[in-house]
Amino acid sequence: MARRTFSIGGIHPDDAKLSRNAAIEAIPLPSAVYISLAQHIGAPAKAVVAPGDKVKAGQVIAEPGGFVSAFIHSSVSGTVKSVGVCKDLSGKAAPCVEITVEGDEWVEGVDLTPDLVTDIPADGKAILEKIRLGGVVGLGGATFPTHVKLSPPPGKTCEMLIINGCECEPYLTSDERTMLEKGEQVVVGTALLSHVLGDPHAVIAVEDNKPEAIAHLRGIVERLRPLGGPYAGIEVRSLMKKYPEGGEKQLIDAVMGRQVKSGQLPIDAGAVVQNICTALAVYEAVQKNKPLVENSVTVTGKGAARQANLLVRVGTPLRHVIDCAGGLPDSIAKVVSGGPMMGKAVVNLDAPTLKGTGGLLLLTEAETRRGAEGSCIRCGKCADACPMGLEPFLLNRLARADRNDELEAASVQDCIQCGCCLYTCPANIPLLDIIAVAKARVLGIIKARAAAK
Amino acid sequence: MDKLIVSPSPHLHSSCSTKGLMRDVLIALAPAVAVSIVFYGWRALLVLGVSVASCVLLEYLIVKYLLRKSTTVGDLSAAVTGVLLALNLPVTTPWWVVFLGALFAVGVAKMTFGGLGQNVFNPAIAGRVFLLISFPSYMTHWEAPQGLFGVDAVSGATPLGAIKEGLMQGASVPDLMAQHGWTYGQMLFSNIGGSAGEACAIAILLGFLYLVVRRVIKPWITLSILATVALVSLLFWGIDPARFTDPLFNLLTGGLLLGACFMATDYVTSPMSTAGGVVYGIGIGFITLMIRYFGSYPEGMSFAILIMNAAVPLLNIWFHQKKFGRA
Ligand code: SF4
Ligand code: SF4
Repeated sequence: MARRTFSIGGIHPDDAKLSRNAAIEAIPLPSAVYISLAQHIGAPAKAVVAPGDKVKAGQVIAEPGGFVSAFIHSSVSGTVKSVGVCKDLSGKAAPCVEITVEGDEWVEGVDLTPDLVTDIPADGKAILEKIRLGGVVGLGGATFPTHVKLSPPPGKTCEMLIINGCECEPYLTSDERTMLEKGEQVVVGTALLSHVLGDPHAVIAVEDNKPEAIAHLRGIVERLRPLGGPYAGIEVRSLMKKYPEGGEKQLIDAVMGRQVKSGQLPIDAGAVVQNICTALAVYEAVQKNKPLVENSVTVTGKGAARQANLLVRVGTPLRHVIDCAGGLPDSIAKVVSGGPMMGKAVVNLDAPTLKGTGGLLLLTEAETRRGAEGSCIRCGKCADACPMGLEPFLLNRLARADRNDELEAASVQDCIQCGCCLYTCPANIPLLDIIAVAKARVLGIIKARAAAK
Repeated sequence: MDKLIVSPSPHLHSSCSTKGLMRDVLIALAPAVAVSIVFYGWRALLVLGVSVASCVLLEYLIVKYLLRKSTTVGDLSAAVTGVLLALNLPVTTPWWVVFLGALFAVGVAKMTFGGLGQNVFNPAIAGRVFLLISFPSYMTHWEAPQGLFGVDAVSGATPLGAIKEGLMQGASVPDLMAQHGWTYGQMLFSNIGGSAGEACAIAILLGFLYLVVRRVIKPWITLSILATVALVSLLFWGIDPARFTDPLFNLLTGGLLLGACFMATDYVTSPMSTAGGVVYGIGIGFITLMIRYFGSYPEGMSFAILIMNAAVPLLNIWFHQKKFGRA
């Protein structure tokens, strides 16, 4: 019997998938888009357009600024108004191209038909290059350039490709809708990814709170299996619902029963993890020549005007997205980009969506209020919840006393900032707030030490 | 610009709170409290009332006037201490002795360390031990169960006390058991003498089960205490049944169950890790029996818990949870 979840810690918050039955709908284009050049991990892209240039949807507007970087394409057709900076959702300035929308014309060669293309190009390198040219980045949250992740360093091989369909964050449903509505494309995308890696076993992992998606994908996998090649090695696996199952290390543990060692990468354990929506983006980039310029965004919340999953062009102002889902009711006190556990509170609603924007969660004050902080009652619940096996109560104490050596010995640098500790603590101690600061400090010290050597 | 709340993730919190946990402990203690009132009548109620009221009031006054902080009695931890202290005293304890116990428990064992979460020793146990040393005669004599409306108080020594005295006079354990007419059925369902909370083992176990099912506590500390007591006393009893009491007797007397289920499992004064908890439990079980068999006090649970409380900081350094991805 295969393992069904990760081995240490985890929590079971109410999954609150309110928008799970809302089909993905394309929203009207905004009057202008603001496409950030720093929407992936790594070096920002360098703009190759100037104000006044006419661009079409799918046209390259910025090139990678380094190996770990990504192409950026225009998501609309229109005129480049400015190449400068705009404020991101936290209100910080980020390099950005502003384009006034005129019509909706796509560049030559993009296949916008719904026809499914199942043939896998024989040459893995060619697939990889198309993924790179398509500006595909990881859509599970980290937005790490996908082509980099698919190029294991020499001497390391991928034994298993894991496609992450857990969507373990409460509320979010864009992955689930994608599996249900674009299941075929996801499976072909999985085969493409698998072929780049040399056809390893590929597991599409889905939490068992999405039984329809699991059944749907299983049907497709069975249907496509006779095509052979990478299709023969795809399996859909149901995992027990537990947060943070979609965390890369937790997922590898759940699926392969291997713990990625501290400080190592998934590939060191023989695994490559990609998100469901990334598999879709890979399909579109490789089979349809369509770069990553749109993604599905869940707009949800108990106090939201309506529950929606929207297909949004990259660079659309958040305010426009929310307006398309009925606007912002007065009762909403907080807007979170991402899920409730790891998402970021939005400061600036005029900020644009990014490739990795998966959801906007609207919360009322009562929902998001934290109780008054009490003293630690040493109940150990934070340690039981921590998926990395850390002792948050101890890290909290050490961090408040600035004891960096002991923090490092207690592995503060392993924290994945999942929030389980803070979520659980009965005394409402802001554990993660404090641990996150301490982790950054200790990582800085570790880096400085490595540089000094 | 919209006025949006901006704060770090996570943006939701579980409904678990300190107050909720303490409320669960109070609920778990309810069966033992109810049984003590049914068996001992108004005197049990009096001890309980004085104990809880003193603990809560003392914490309130200390926090307000000595520490000058906002009140903490709302977290219900003082109430829990009050109930536990009451259950650990014989119902014949005079009210002023109960008050002194509460004063020591809350005023000394809890608040001087900084209040909830900072104390090294379990406050209720500390209060009880303080009384045991200061007023031994009130603490080792018991009143026979006389029911809610009973009148005549019959008093005598607790079973462990009687056995200790008897052994010193040269009697053997089986003789003493027969002489007092104690049966295990009595021990399980109704009191054979002791403090209020020991009136019925089943009531205590019921509360323990509630705490485990509600995931307020993990069962390992309690189980390791019970297993240690059972195994070690089995060994001694096997060697010499005339001198040493048997496992079941040891499990069912002298506040062992109450201590193992409710006092040793106190979050604040027990180890953080499961492995540390098991070692802590073994320590408590072993020390308890050594005191009972070879010490000068008839029972040893309270002392054993206090001694192991003191070892907790060390256990927390020695035992940690297993970390992810580190050998
Ligand atoms: S945020 Fe860090 S310390 Fe807290 S539970 Fe997650 S990994 Fe553990
Ligand atoms: S969950 Fe909170 S109260 Fe409990 S040990 Fe951790 S920090 Fe302390």
